[in-house]
Amino acid sequence: MTVTLEPAVQVQGDRVSLLRVLGPAHVWALGVGIVLVGEFTGWNFAADKGGALAALIVCWIVGLLYTSVAMIDSEVTSTVAAAGGQYAQAKHIVGPLMAFNVALFLVFAYTMLEVSDAILLGDTIVAKAGVEGLNHNSFIAATIVVLAWLNYRGVLMTLNVNFVITAIAYVSIVILFFSVSPWTQGAVLKLNELVTPGNALPYGWIGVIAAFQFGIWYYLGIEGTTQAAEEVRSPARSLPYGTMAGMITLLIAAAMTWYVCASLMPWEYLGITYYPLWDAGKLTGSPLLENLLFIATLLAALASANGCINDAARAWFSLGRDRYLPTWFSAVHPKYRTPYRSILFLLPIALAFAFIADLNQAITFSILSGVLQYTFMSINIIMFRKKWPLGSIRRGYTHPFHPLPAIVLFCLCVVTFFAIFLGFGSQLIAMVAFYFLISLWFHFYRYRFVRRGAQFTMPWPKPQGY
Amino acid sequence: MARYTPPEQSKAGQVFDIAVVVVAIFVALWLPLKLGLAGAAKSIDALDAKTWEALGQNPTMASIWEKLGYTPETAHDIIQNRFHYIIDWPTLIIMAAVLIGYFIFLFRASDREYRDVINEKFDDK
Repeated sequence: MTVTLEPAVQVQGDRVSLLRVLGPAHVWALGVGIVLVGEFTGWNFAADKGGALAALIVCWIVGLLYTSVAMIDSEVTSTVAAAGGQYAQAKHIVGPLMAFNVALFLVFAYTMLEVSDAILLGDTIVAKAGVEGLNHNSFIAATIVVLAWLNYRGVLMTLNVNFVITAIAYVSIVILFFSVSPWTQGAVLKLNELVTPGNALPYGWIGVIAAFQFGIWYYLGIEGTTQAAEEVRSPARSLPYGTMAGMITLLIAAAMTWYVCASLMPWEYLGITYYPLWDAGKLTGSPLLENLLFIATLLAALASANGCINDAARAWFSLGRDRYLPTWFSAVHPKYRTPYRSILFLLPIALAFAFIADLNQAITFSILSGVLQYTFMSINIIMFRKKWPLGSIRRGYTHPFHPLPAIVLFCLCVVTFFAIFLGFGSQLIAMVAFYFLISLWFHFYRYRFVRRGAQFTMPWPKPQGY
Repeated sequence: MARYTPPEQSKAGQVFDIAVVVVAIFVALWLPLKLGLAGAAKSIDALDAKTWEALGQNPTMASIWEKLGYTPETAHDIIQNRFHYIIDWPTLIIMAAVLIGYFIFLFRASDREYRDVINEKFDDK
């Protein structure tokens, strides 16, 4: 027998709810676990769009974008601690239609990221095996199905696994970095000969702007830490701490990854390879490093896909719980306490796209939904501070320099939309058209099934201006 | 304000709505792939002379390409496959209009719904 949850306000007492079992380390593992795969593949497509130096410039500037995301997110999430993360924030601060869209951004961003991870894992194994005719489909299917089963069985086990494999993958980057004597040039690393004044920015500054698209991939998904809001023991402490620690971890990993990879391979190759760090391991000439980076690539892909299934399912679950989608999706497993129907529903969708999309297409789908979400976040924090000024409600964390991070985030989102236009414009228009049409469906049809006042579950006073 | 009581949705209605969402997801993600709208807009600037020098590769770069198993002939299509960043202003304007229109609709429609939520939530007290 399964139990279907009613809206969050009624999730009390004897009703089956998500378990509060996670600490800051799990939050770190969820955030970094999802994102770290970006160092193993994806970020390097920024070199394709603008050259090796452009990939470094966007690593820093997009790092600024994500620092703004982490600061804003930490404040709002430590205050709106509910499953669905940004979805719950939108529901309480902007309104139901925005919440519906934000949940779709999350589901698409994470599901397509999961697809990218599975493709990477399958392609990496096929490349390592070197057997003619070996297809990646069976590896992709096994990855997605096994991880969905793991998520079905319980969040604590899922994130414990993530913590271990993320840590191993991260340590492998550090080992690679120190193994190539980063303090000397010429022995192993040859940055001066590979990134020259003539090829550093092959497309000029327009290439730097274009590179923003895949620069997002260095960090995309760190905001996923908020999805665990209903399952952490102390949201006000764990979420800001885990998210900020995750961001610092990723900034260090991104800088080390760029330095080693740009010093070991020409930008034209760096821009198209699916496995820059594994290739870097090979080019050092050390079989130990080559094998270590091969295993780390697989582990990073597994950790990311694992976290993505966790996050996408919780966003979908929240939509069902609030009746934005049929309530059938809001069931919690009576034994494992996981949103199992949402996990199972998204499984075939991920499988289907893993078989029909290629890696950079899947990544672009994910990035598009991510940037739409960040645009929302920049406006959301302004509205949050306006409707509930400081002192009017208890905040777990208050981010400094407001509204500067919001303005920086918004401006960088505009630049990233332009970057996506430079090469992937049709895809962007097609996806926004989809979101627009599904919004019309929600606003004029589906919303009739939604309870009005019951959506607002936080114990806050009436927002100012209403 | 009177409390809004939503209608109960039948099982058939729920199944239909799930089908709508699934179809919408596949159309949004699969159609661009099928129509060839997804993916990078790149093209190969072919060279007659396929040497490392002609491809702009210095001896260090050439040695790395060779270590990776490439010759000037096999590396040609990778090195010369380039983006051509020409700003197509009509498409850019359409993209900007679609994006701005989408966000304006989202915020305005959300605000209308939000006022109902707030009125019902706080006027009951």
